[in-house]
Parts: sequence; structure tokens; C-alpha cells
Amino acid sequence: MHIAIPREVRLNERRVAATPASVVKLIQLGFIVSVERGAGLRADYPDAAYGAAGATLTDDVRALWGEADLVLKVEPPTHHPDLDVHEASLLSEGATLASFVQADLYPDVIDEVKARKATLIAMEKVPRITRAQKMDALSSMANIAGYRAVIEAANLYGSFFTGQITAAGKVPPARVLIIGAGVAGLAAVGAARGLGAEVRAFDTRSAVREQVQSMGASFLEVEIEEEGEAKGGYAKVMSQAFIDAEMALFRVQAKEVDIVITTALIPGRPAPKLWLADMVAMMKPGSVVVDMAAQRGGNCELTVPGESVIREDVHIVGFTDLASRMPRTASQLYGTNLTHLLDDLSTDGVLHLDPMDDIVRGAVVLLKGEDPEWPAKPAKKPKAKAAVAAPVAAAPPVTRAVGATKGAQHRHVSHASDAGSDSKLGVWIATAAIAGLFVLWAALRYGLAAGADDPASTQAASGFLQHLTVFVLACVVGWHVVWNVAPALHTPLMSVTNAISGIIVLGGIMNLASDGPIGIAGWLSVAAVTLATVNIAGGFLVTERMLRMFRR
Amino acid sequence: MHEVMLAAAYLLASLLFILSLRGLSSQLTARNGNFYGAIGMAMAVVAIVVATDNLALPHVLAAIIGGALVGSFLAARVAMTAMPELVALLHSFVGGAAVLVGLASFQAHFGGDGPHLTQNPVLLSEIWVDVFIGGITACGSVVAWAKLKGLLSGRPLLLPGRHALNAGAVTASIGLLVLALSADPGQAWTYLLAMMAISGLLGVHLVVAIGGADMPVVVSLLNSYSGWTASAAGFMLGNDLLVVTGALVGASGAILSYIMCKAMNRSIWNVVFGGFGAAPTTKAVAAVGEPLAVNEADVAGTAQWLLDARRVIVTPGYGMAVARAQHAVREICDLLRARGCEVTFAIHPVAGRLPGHMNVLLAEAAVPYDIVMEMDEINGDFIDTDVVLVVGANDIVNPSAETDEDSPIYGMPVLQVWHSRKVVICKRSRASGYAGVDNPLFYNDNSAMLFGDAQASMAGILQHLKAAD
Repeated sequence: MHIAIPREVRLNERRVAATPASVVKLIQLGFIVSVERGAGLRADYPDAAYGAAGATLTDDVRALWGEADLVLKVEPPTHHPDLDVHEASLLSEGATLASFVQADLYPDVIDEVKARKATLIAMEKVPRITRAQKMDALSSMANIAGYRAVIEAANLYGSFFTGQITAAGKVPPARVLIIGAGVAGLAAVGAARGLGAEVRAFDTRSAVREQVQSMGASFLEVEIEEEGEAKGGYAKVMSQAFIDAEMALFRVQAKEVDIVITTALIPGRPAPKLWLADMVAMMKPGSVVVDMAAQRGGNCELTVPGESVIREDVHIVGFTDLASRMPRTASQLYGTNLTHLLDDLSTDGVLHLDPMDDIVRGAVVLLKGEDPEWPAKPAKKPKAKAAVAAPVAAAPPVTRAVGATKGAQHRHVSHASDAGSDSKLGVWIATAAIAGLFVLWAALRYGLAAGADDPASTQAASGFLQHLTVFVLACVVGWHVVWNVAPALHTPLMSVTNAISGIIVLGGIMNLASDGPIGIAGWLSVAAVTLATVNIAGGFLVTERMLRMFRR
Repeated sequence: MHEVMLAAAYLLASLLFILSLRGLSSQLTARNGNFYGAIGMAMAVVAIVVATDNLALPHVLAAIIGGALVGSFLAARVAMTAMPELVALLHSFVGGAAVLVGLASFQAHFGGDGPHLTQNPVLLSEIWVDVFIGGITACGSVVAWAKLKGLLSGRPLLLPGRHALNAGAVTASIGLLVLALSADPGQAWTYLLAMMAISGLLGVHLVVAIGGADMPVVVSLLNSYSGWTASAAGFMLGNDLLVVTGALVGASGAILSYIMCKAMNRSIWNVVFGGFGAAPTTKAVAAVGEPLAVNEADVAGTAQWLLDARRVIVTPGYGMAVARAQHAVREICDLLRARGCEVTFAIHPVAGRLPGHMNVLLAEAAVPYDIVMEMDEINGDFIDTDVVLVVGANDIVNPSAETDEDSPIYGMPVLQVWHSRKVVICKRSRASGYAGVDNPLFYNDNSAMLFGDAQASMAGILQHLKAAD
């Protein structure tokens, strides 16, 4: 199949859908690749590199689109300024286009592609399942955008990020608040921390707390219990009470922080307004707000999408092309996501859209110009497949956040049940011990010892009960003491208990009291004492040897 | 006078033993604890030697010196990787000593022209219990030792009708006691020896039926038995110190068994009577229809990933012990730490063949204990980790324990290594772990398999790291 890589024509778009390296991969997959001359120029990939990678270079945009079976793009197709037509209308009939689509923002794309009876693969709709993590372009771009947001903020912020103490005075570190700790938010946390700022992050999903904290930022919370996590690890709309509390928290923060980066998005809705005009007014002059949700209206009330403005003496950055501002790496990651996707969906350079494949069902929004109707899936997936797809493996942090919650909850639950069963076990043991005591007492009093009139037997019977009391108490003490032993020291615990169970040596010695020559009993006891002493000496010495090795 | 002194010595010794276990709650106090234990033991032995009239002192001294020499020799010589074997062997000595003490007590009380048996049924029953538990402990531990040492196959030996055999052995032992209660001493002695043989066979049978992966539980369980044995001897001899010490040890072993079972999400009954580790293999293999592809790594690539990483977690398993790779692992850890990389170790409760085995091996290799973490402490950290190096572990990092309800290890808590950015699994071959379960972790995109002997691989990585410095 022929793949075409056109130059991006949207204003300020610097990325390209394939790099020379990914062209090599595509050719390895069996595709024939044509690249529009100058396509990679603004991402620092010169035409010559594409040629060297094996791609055909062309200036004829119409021919490029028209002859391709598969067109790879970054941005949704749009009006072509040079040709004065919609890009999608250049598609040949029945061809396939893979790019970001964002149909809710650009409804024209769907109509144009439908008109060409073409197939449309929306990169943002690749499902967030384990197998598709390497194709998740949304996460790749969010990661870059989050990083870039910090860089944009640093550019406008008139001070150090890291605190400094100089001969000329002290400069406090910049205080950065990041709202929304998804992929972009976490990337921003990392970048801001890397520059030395003091970072705090807020998110309605408590699951991300650990991630935020593990990156060295503090996690802000409101004192209302409400879980903001919806299906797929995305955020949902919160209740009014929660929003009120959130706003109160932000107003306190507004007075403290120097930089605010907002990344809050709810799928399929305009961005929630979180940073209101009065909060901007509360901020110190020279502070910076970077609104990463600008494309969907912005989280900040004063954001002007696509522009950097000054309101109330505060810089408000509403760039919608943050990822595109790091075009080289953004193209590299996007290109890799695309090759992974095609690797999965094609054999020997021919695209196969398997209607049972979750990725196809998610990402293909138009099939030969029609709204796709997927056949029902069988209730149970084949087992082998489930086993491979199931583990929530490493990858886009949002998916991982979900995994983390599960882990945390799991751990929490297991702890609780631990404690529960422990105490239950204790009660059970105590009850059993007391019941056993009565039975034994009765057996001894009225059973075994009743018939015997020998005082030794009566003594043995009463002695037994006394020892039993000691025994039960010692079990309880042992139970409590041993639970406190550090798990790291369980092997020394075993060897030290080995040693002290050598106390059986006393039994051997007691049986060695005799006036005359020692008989069978004596020799058995000598053997017992020997064995027990092996234990005592061996146990204590090996414990000592081990414990000496434990060093900080 | 003697009695008061003895009682005081026993009380003190009991307290010192409790302090000894208490000391193990932290690495800082552990050595003191061991010292208290030794003092307590010395006090008890000296007290009983002084307090016993007509003691055959030369015999006692000879036995103690002989035993101490052998014990010191074993302790000084044992390799840390062979700790499980030594521990198992020492358990069997406790059991053996208890059996011998039981036999000796029988001879002392009922042998020769002693009082007739029916006149002291309580004592006879106590001897019976002591020898019974002692026999199980002694013989069971010997089998455990042989399995750990590799003299016996780690595969469980499942005899047909094995539950009936076990029940039969217990019934026969009780029956022999009933017979002995009304027999004359000579006959009773025969019954006692017969019962001893039965208990020994029972011990052997119980342990051969348990698979290699369950050895940590078995060893803990035998640890517990050795305590109960000492307690039983205490009842028999009317000695409270034995009762107390035995109870402490018994409780310790019981708790360890419980922790191990919990860590494998299995009940103690399932471990002892289940014969796990043999059956499910075929099913797991059948489930994976086509052979799945894994990413293979080489030492140079692994070394590069480690060099690029800012956070590394090492997850050791029994394979590290077998290959004796802990020193190379520690050197890798030192090099990375010197470069500013944060290196920690993640220890699963059942990693290795003994509770806490990995901790001891790492301590031996001079890994500081404060970077060695327990599963619950570290499981949340994998998310933000660049590289996880799994050295000779398999089941304890198997994600199907969390996701695949059909998996035989479903529900077992595992180290969630797959959350990290890169997992390198150092493994001898593609074979499955002791549980015989396939591990989907190996087929993940962010996983890479480093096949080969762990020590050779670690040494190779180390070389590349040194070259990079």
C-alpha cells in the first residue's frame, strides 16, 4: 500500500506524522512511502533524510493525496490554504486517513471524509488498553505539552524557579500549582520539580496522590469525600459542594503561588472553569497562568485561546499548540505511535481492519465513509489473549494511575482483612484453648487419674493443669512478641528459635541423674543432650553471624 | 534451696528468651536479643547442672562439649544460601532430642522395677505425645533438609489415599497408647517404639507430599512443631521452662507459617494436604495456545537501561540464591548508587526457601538493610521506577495473580513490577516457576528477558557499568 505523509497546513503546526526513522520502519512493514517536500522542515527533519530513509519526495500535493491508500497526518485535515480545498477532499475514494480528528471541534472533517467514502482512524480514540499503550498518541502529546507548559511559564516568569541564596540576597523558589494530575499534569510536575520549583498539585482523583508525591510534589485535597475518577481513568463532573470547596482551596492558593498550570479536561465537555477572574486578581503581579485546556475554552476565565495575554498584571498563556512547540520530539513520538499502530493493523504492507479488534473498534470512526457497525463480541475472550492483555502494564501515566488505585485499595483491603482475621484467629485460639482446658481437666479429674490411687499420678494430673496454664499464657506472649519481629529478620528468628528450642537439653540432663552406672535411659539422654547442644551452639552462632551482616 | 534457685533461674531464662525474640523487632536491637537468648540458655543449663543431685557430670560435659563443637562447626561453615538446609537440620535435632528424652523418661520411670504403668497414665500419655510430635518433627525435617539440599526431588510425592494414610497413622498411635495403658512395661516399650516408627513415617509422608515452592511454609511449620515438641517434653518432665520456651518457639513458627500462607493466598490445610505444584501445569500450558514472543535483552542493553535510569528496583528470588549472584547484584547497586541512581530492593515474603531468606543473602552481600523493602512498603513505588531488575524470581511477579481468575495463583499478593517503565527479567530458561504457571509478565511490551545464569548475567552487566564509568 502507498502511504502519504503530507506537510501539515494548519497555522503554527510544526509537527509531521513521520520522521525519517519511522519511514524506515514503515518500509520494513511493507509499505511504500511518499513524503511531501518540506513536510519535516519545521520539525528539523530535512527532505534529504527522508530520501535517504527510502521515501519518495514530491511537490505535487494533489497527486500525493490522490495516489495514497493511506494518509498519515498529525492535525485533523483542514482547509488547504494553497489549493483552496479541504484536505480531506483530496483523498482518493476508499482510502484511509489516520490523524487526530477531534470530531466535536471539527465536524467538517467527518463530512468531508464521508463524501470520499474513506476510512478515518482517529488517533485520540485508540483505546487505553495495555496492548495499545505504545500507540497512545494522546499521552505522548500530553506528556510533551505538560513539559512545554512549564517552559513557557519559565519564559515569562521573571525569576528563578529554584531558590537561591546569593551574596546579594535571598530568592525564594517559585511556587507552582498544577491543577489536574493526568499525563500532562504529571509531566508538568516533573519539569517544574526538575527546575527546582516548589510544586503542589491538585486532582479530583485521589488515585494520583501517590504518583504526585513520588515525584516530589505535595498533593492538595479538599475536605470532601468524593471520588472523581470515571471509566478509563478520566475525570468526571463533580458535585456543587465539592466545587465550592475546591474554589475555596484555589483562592487560598492564588495568594501563595507564582505559577499555575491548569490541565483539567472532562471528556466530551467544554473545559471546566476552575481559575476564575478573582483568583487571577489575587495573584502577585508577574505571576503566570498556563492554561493547557485553552483549546476547549480554557480552565481560566481570562484565557484567550491561542494567545499569551496579560490580565490583572498576570501572564495568561492560552497556547493551543504546546506539543507542536517541541516539534522534533513530538513528531518522533507521534511517528512511533503511528508505526506501532500500523504494525498492529497491517500484514505485509496491507491494512487489515479486524472488526473484532478492540483497537479497530475504538479508533476507526468511519469505515468506507459509513459509521461503522461492529459485530457483537463473544461474551468471553479467548483465554490466552486475556492473559496477555490483562495486566495493567507500564505506560501512559493515567492508565497507570488506575492500576495504582487498584493496588492501593487491594493493599488496604488486605490489611484490613489481615487485622480482622488475626484478631478472629486469636479469639478462636483462646476459645479453643479454654474449652480444651476444661475437657482435659474433666478427663484427668474423673477419667485417667480417678482410678489410680498412686500419689505420683495425682501429682502428675494436677501438675499437668498447672503446666497447661503456663503453656497457654506463654503462647499468648509468644504470639504478641513474634508479630513484632521485622519481616527482614525472619530467618534469624528461625535460627534463634532453633537455638532456644535446644532448651530440650534440660530434659536430657534431668534424666542423667543416677546413683549407679547410667543405663539405657542414660545413654539415650546423652544422645539427646548432644543433639540439643548442637542446636544451641549452632543456632546462636549462626544467628550472630547473620545479624552481624545486617548493616545500614 | 535448690528449688528456689532453679525456679529463679528458670523465670529469668524465660524472660531472657522473650527479650531475645523482642530484640528481633528491629535490626538495631537484634544482636542484643541474640545475646539475651544465649545468656538465658547458659543460665538454665548451669542451674540445672548445679541443682540436679547425683548428676553423671562427665557424661553431661562430654555430650555438651561434643554437641557444641559440632554446632559451632555447622554455624561457622554454612553458606548463607544454604541456611534453609541448616535450619531444617536443626529442627530435626530438636525433634530427635525430644524423642530420645521421651524414651529415656519412659525407661527412667517405667523401665526396670519402676512403678506399674497404670498407676501413672498421665505421664505415659505425655511421653506418648512428646515422642509422637518429636518423631514427626525429626523425620519430617530430615526430608525437608534432603529436599532443600536437592537430594530429593522438589516435586510432591502424592501417594494414593494419602489422607487415609495420615488419619490411619494418627489412629494407630492413639490405639497403641490405649493398649500401652493396660500393658506391662516390656510390652509398652514395644508399643512405644512402634508408635515412634509410625510418627516418623507420618513425618516423612507429610513432607514428601509438599512441593518445592511451599518449602518456606514447611520449614516454618516444622519450626513450629519443634517448639510444640519442646513444650510436650516440658509437660512430660514437669518443667515450666521447657513449656514456656516451647510455646514461644511454637507460636513463632505458627506465625511464620501463617504469614507465608497469607503471602501465597493459601490456607495452611491447602499447603499441608493439598499437594499443590503438580497438577496445574498441563492446564496452564494448554491455555497458551500459540507460543508468544518475548523481547530478549542482552547484558549491554540492560546495562544501558540501568545507566539511563534514575530509579531502579531489584527484585530477587530464589534464582539469585541458587546462582549466588547476590554479590554481583550488590556491586551493580553500589555503582548505580554512586552515579546518583536510587536503588532499592523489593522482597516478597515467600521469595527464597525460608522466611526472610533474601534479606539475609542481601545482608551477606553487604547491601544496607534500609534500602531493602517489604512488599507492602514498595508496591506503590513501581509506578515511578525506570527499571526493575527481576533476578531469578517468577511467581512472585506474576500479574495473573491479580487479573486471571482461572490462574492457580489468583489472589496471591505479588510485586507489581509491571507498573514500571522497563522490566528486565533475568532467568535461566523459559520454564515456568515452581507453581507451574505461565507468566504473562514476560510477554509485556515493557518487559525484556535476559536469559542465562544469573551470576554470569550480573557479572556481564557489572562489566558494562564499570566500562561506562
